[in-house]
Amino acid sequence: MTDFAKGMAQGLLSKIKDASSGKPMCFMEVCGTHTMSIFRSGIRKLLPREIRLVSGPGCPVCVTPVGEIDQMIELSLLPGVITATFGDILRVPGSTYNLSEARARGAEIKVVYSPADALEIAENNPDKKVVFLGIGFETTAPSVAATILQAHRNKLKNFMVFPSHKLMPPALDALLSDPEIDMDGLICPGHVSTIIGARAFEPVAEKFQMPCVVTGFEPLDILQGICMLAQQVSRGENMVENAYRRAVSWDGNRRARKIIETVFKPADARWRGLGTIARSGLEIRKKFRQLDARRHFGTREKTVPEPKGCQCAQIIKGMALPSSCPMFSSACTPLTPVGPCMVSSEGTCAAYYKYGES
Amino acid sequence: MCLAIPMKVTAIEGDQDDILIPPVATVEARGVTSRIRLDIVDRMPRVGDYVIVHAGFAIHTLAPEDARKSMALLQEMAGQTDDNQPR
Repeated sequence: MTDFAKGMAQGLLSKIKDASSGKPMCFMEVCGTHTMSIFRSGIRKLLPREIRLVSGPGCPVCVTPVGEIDQMIELSLLPGVITATFGDILRVPGSTYNLSEARARGAEIKVVYSPADALEIAENNPDKKVVFLGIGFETTAPSVAATILQAHRNKLKNFMVFPSHKLMPPALDALLSDPEIDMDGLICPGHVSTIIGARAFEPVAEKFQMPCVVTGFEPLDILQGICMLAQQVSRGENMVENAYRRAVSWDGNRRARKIIETVFKPADARWRGLGTIARSGLEIRKKFRQLDARRHFGTREKTVPEPKGCQCAQIIKGMALPSSCPMFSSACTPLTPVGPCMVSSEGTCAAYYKYGES
Repeated sequence: MCLAIPMKVTAIEGDQDDILIPPVATVEARGVTSRIRLDIVDRMPRVGDYVIVHAGFAIHTLAPEDARKSMALLQEMAGQTDDNQPR
């Protein structure tokens, strides 16, 4: 950190202290990238004692239910199928094994950086069916939608998407409707908001009288977000503020949203920890049904219990800390993960483990 | 995982209205060069602009001065113009 940045951080910390003035406040960082940045930069140790940060449901892999992981594994093992996916999901345990172990059993699985790479694999393997695992929030959905449009235009017959996208505002509504959840403010996700716009959090702010600040990912951005939340709480306000204007506008990215709407429609979705939430997921529209792996293979999700003793469902809601899970860092480590929060690079347990917090 | 660092656009091929061949930019940040798609970006960038990239697609274009503006805002938030703060 430069002296200049240090000065800014100290200034923000003293403003946070003034605003909280000893009053306990609990803020949720909704997004998994915020969780990682908060741990990496040591922000939790710098904050006044009365300010507590908890992690929310913003790690896409972590909120994918076990039954869906099982479906992905099942698809990957079908003959003639190549599964293309972001790397995070490979080691998330299904009910019997994970995708990485499916690979050892013969499944052809390729890790890609972009859905466009998956399309290229399909073009290069005309005799195979390429299934891209569409996991992610509003940030990822438009790139997957654009890829589906491209496959449709190019009349590609062997590319499909297994849609498992999730939408943030309905999940926050469901989360905050739980009477056991007691939060003073939300550090709203950065790049999800780039797409949906800061205004998307207005209903949540109004309904739950919840201060919301859209925040960037640099440590100074996060301190600024916390500072604005603490100031709102101290003034008794509950509005949506945007502390990440260089990347987020009030209305968001209309072009991307239009592409999402062309390809997908809202559908009920199951979340690990939160259960089924109305209109919190995306389903591929009928026009593009030949690109929908769920329809093509007729796969159905089975209800599968959480791994025994795993607290991920509670951790995702900010209702338990990793350290209160009896398996944390004993039976469950990044090398032998039991639940998804220990696997993903954005998972809360992985962050606690890596940075040695309790 | 979100990439916090905006990437600088060094070259552009294609047009956002071409529905058959999606436009592509060459971008660069901290010595890493890659090619990214421009079909979902909010505003078509020009060479020299910065873009925020997610999963191989640009999702937002920012002009170089936007980044500077936000630094100024942070500075203000840090109390460097606040009379209550010790200088």
